Amino acid sequence: MTFRHIRSLAAFGALLAAGVATTGQANAKDLTLCWAAWDPANALVELSKDFEAKSGVTMKFEFVPWPNFADRMLNELNSGGKLCDLMIGDSQWIGGAAENGQYVKLNDFFDKEGIKMSDFIPATVVGYAEWPKNSPNYWALPAFGDVVGWSYRKDWFARPELQAEFKEKYGRELAVPKTFGELKDIAQFFQKREIDGKTVYGAAIYTERGSEGITMGVMDVLYSFGFKYENPDKPYDLEGYVNSAEAVKGLEFYKELYDCCTPPGHSDAYMSEDIDAYKSGQVALHMNFAFTWPGIHADANVGGEKSGYFPNPAGPDGAAYAQLGGQGISVVSSSEKQEDALAYIKWFAQPEIQQKWWEMGGYSALLKVVEDPKFATSQPYAQTFLDSMAIVQDFWAEPAYASLLQAAQKRFHDYVVAGQGSAKDALDGLAKDWTQVFDDEGKY
Amino acid sequence: MLKSSVDRVAEATPRAIANRMHGLSDRALAWLFVGPSIVLLLAVNIFPLIWTIRLSFTNFRVNRPNAEVEFVGLKNYLNILSDRDIWLTMQATAHFLIWTIVLQVLIGFTLAYLINKKFRGNDLWTTIIVLPMMLSPAVVGNFWTFLYQPQIGLFNYAVGFLTGADPSSFSMIGDVSLAPWAIVIVDTWMWTPFVMLICLAGLRSIPGSIYEAAECDRASKWRQFWTITIPLVLPFLMLAVLFRGIENFKMFDLVVQLTGGGPGSITELTSINLKREAFEKWRTGYASAYAVILFVTVFGLASIYVKALNKVKQR
Repeated sequence: MTFRHIRSLAAFGALLAAGVATTGQANAKDLTLCWAAWDPANALVELSKDFEAKSGVTMKFEFVPWPNFADRMLNELNSGGKLCDLMIGDSQWIGGAAENGQYVKLNDFFDKEGIKMSDFIPATVVGYAEWPKNSPNYWALPAFGDVVGWSYRKDWFARPELQAEFKEKYGRELAVPKTFGELKDIAQFFQKREIDGKTVYGAAIYTERGSEGITMGVMDVLYSFGFKYENPDKPYDLEGYVNSAEAVKGLEFYKELYDCCTPPGHSDAYMSEDIDAYKSGQVALHMNFAFTWPGIHADANVGGEKSGYFPNPAGPDGAAYAQLGGQGISVVSSSEKQEDALAYIKWFAQPEIQQKWWEMGGYSALLKVVEDPKFATSQPYAQTFLDSMAIVQDFWAEPAYASLLQAAQKRFHDYVVAGQGSAKDALDGLAKDWTQVFDDEGKY
Repeated sequence: MLKSSVDRVAEATPRAIANRMHGLSDRALAWLFVGPSIVLLLAVNIFPLIWTIRLSFTNFRVNRPNAEVEFVGLKNYLNILSDRDIWLTMQATAHFLIWTIVLQVLIGFTLAYLINKKFRGNDLWTTIIVLPMMLSPAVVGNFWTFLYQPQIGLFNYAVGFLTGADPSSFSMIGDVSLAPWAIVIVDTWMWTPFVMLICLAGLRSIPGSIYEAAECDRASKWRQFWTITIPLVLPFLMLAVLFRGIENFKMFDLVVQLTGGGPGSITELTSINLKREAFEKWRTGYASAYAVILFVTVFGLASIYVKALNKVKQR
């Protein structure tokens, strides 16, 4: 190698080093936040401009559509990837992310910055932040409160001719249902009815197979019918709880609702398919997470006074529960920008930012915001959100949640949509599957 | 004296390079050229395969980096082979595989036979027919979900128009008895042109003189078809079956877009099931054993088939 070669190589090396240094400097004030691609994410982009202005940190966002969100982001966490500095991950990931060291534990940070979990809606703290559940170990700040509830066509309910016909048939007013039995009556009443020259249907409910859809729908009914995940006195003892007689009745009810009252081809529907069915004026009742309500309210076709909102009605024994949605915001352990990420959480936790978050369409979980006397009347769906958040239950958040979820997806879809076997078979099978998962996890 | 091409290349090689190459044997040079490819092959194919086989004997989970990895022997293999659900996915795959191949071969060969005849607009029709296979499977899956939509879908409308049935009275991808056929129809629509092209290549490779000789021997068209066309196209046809068989055994994207494996698990093919085990349940060791079983199955069947193909070619 000649001197000329060495000199060229040195120059190239210097250039390369300068390039790397420049890139490093450019990235030093970037933060990437990972979340699902949906309306609230767009609101967060707007909200974060305030943080950018105050901190000088440029926010980048990685949003993935819901059906692929878990796949994509869990891959990222499991591989120790550095794409995300902040993760607004699903509530059920918390166990795995905490036990596998994928999220930074936030207790010391909260203490230092005076952020108190008692300032947030208790259900969101348990659901989004704690692991183990009901212990003061925090891995996230409640970021987006969400819960399954219903929207309905208030304008159709108000039509005198429909009210009269309904009263004659069922002996009561056509009004917001108080029980799931009443909800099914209403759905049946509207099924294949001609309204304004168009055939409409009863209800859009969750039936999706691929990710978590049908489980999120079925659990709403099962909770209210008496389903329990486990023996309250003996953790992971499932037999007789998961497949109790009450749970069987609940699952049978969900199938009846699917068979009698959903639009044709509603066999693989989750959030977006349900909202499409509702906004296009196909259905009278619409099961979905609360995040959809601001969009419905603003919709030209079904928004404003045309729609109303109500929480999950009660089961046969009067108990009413709702499936918790929503997420907490966490700092990813493999991030090299943890200080900036913590600064973002500190900024996000401020009451005025949380208030702005709610005003922009994000469901704040801060008590100061939701307990404000003006909150319940600030939007037509605000009271329903509060009522629903008061009755939430959540799916397993164990590290093995993915296996537990997939077993539920298969058992529920096999029975409800494919019509294979009985509800008892499905729940017996589910209890067996879940027991096997916990056995593999060394819980027995 | 004339110089050989080797001598000319040697003379044209710059002195600096020639000095560096001096002393390298032909064998060494060959290794120098082939080496990078072999290293790449080992890195991206052979090593992952060996690693997968190793993992298949463990309880490893990729989402538990801190958990102790235990050797479990043949437990994963035994669990898979005795799992009723996995045999159901095998059945679903077999149904999909057999029917798509049968339909694609029949329709593909018929189309190739027709296209092979000289007629006006021949090239235009060939282009139109091969269009579906140029589309992305994800796109095809997505737009067929619209075609199958009971209320607005063109497919349901066409069936309703032809049979008088209410188009919204049936759901191709939501009905247990129809969904397996729904995925067969879409795959056949998309990949029949591929089989057609291979058959067309076979048909066009048959020398016209053979048919002329048969004409002289007063062989009927029917006899010419069975004794000339079919035997000479058969190796091409078998090749098409091999390609489509391997492709459809690992079918994933099209079916995921269309049905997501549902309703229930009716259209959950092995590749979808394997993906759920590996990347949703994160049972890496178990999924590795599953992948090894599928690999051995495909490799074994393909090897037997290739031997049969060679025998046909030798005839």
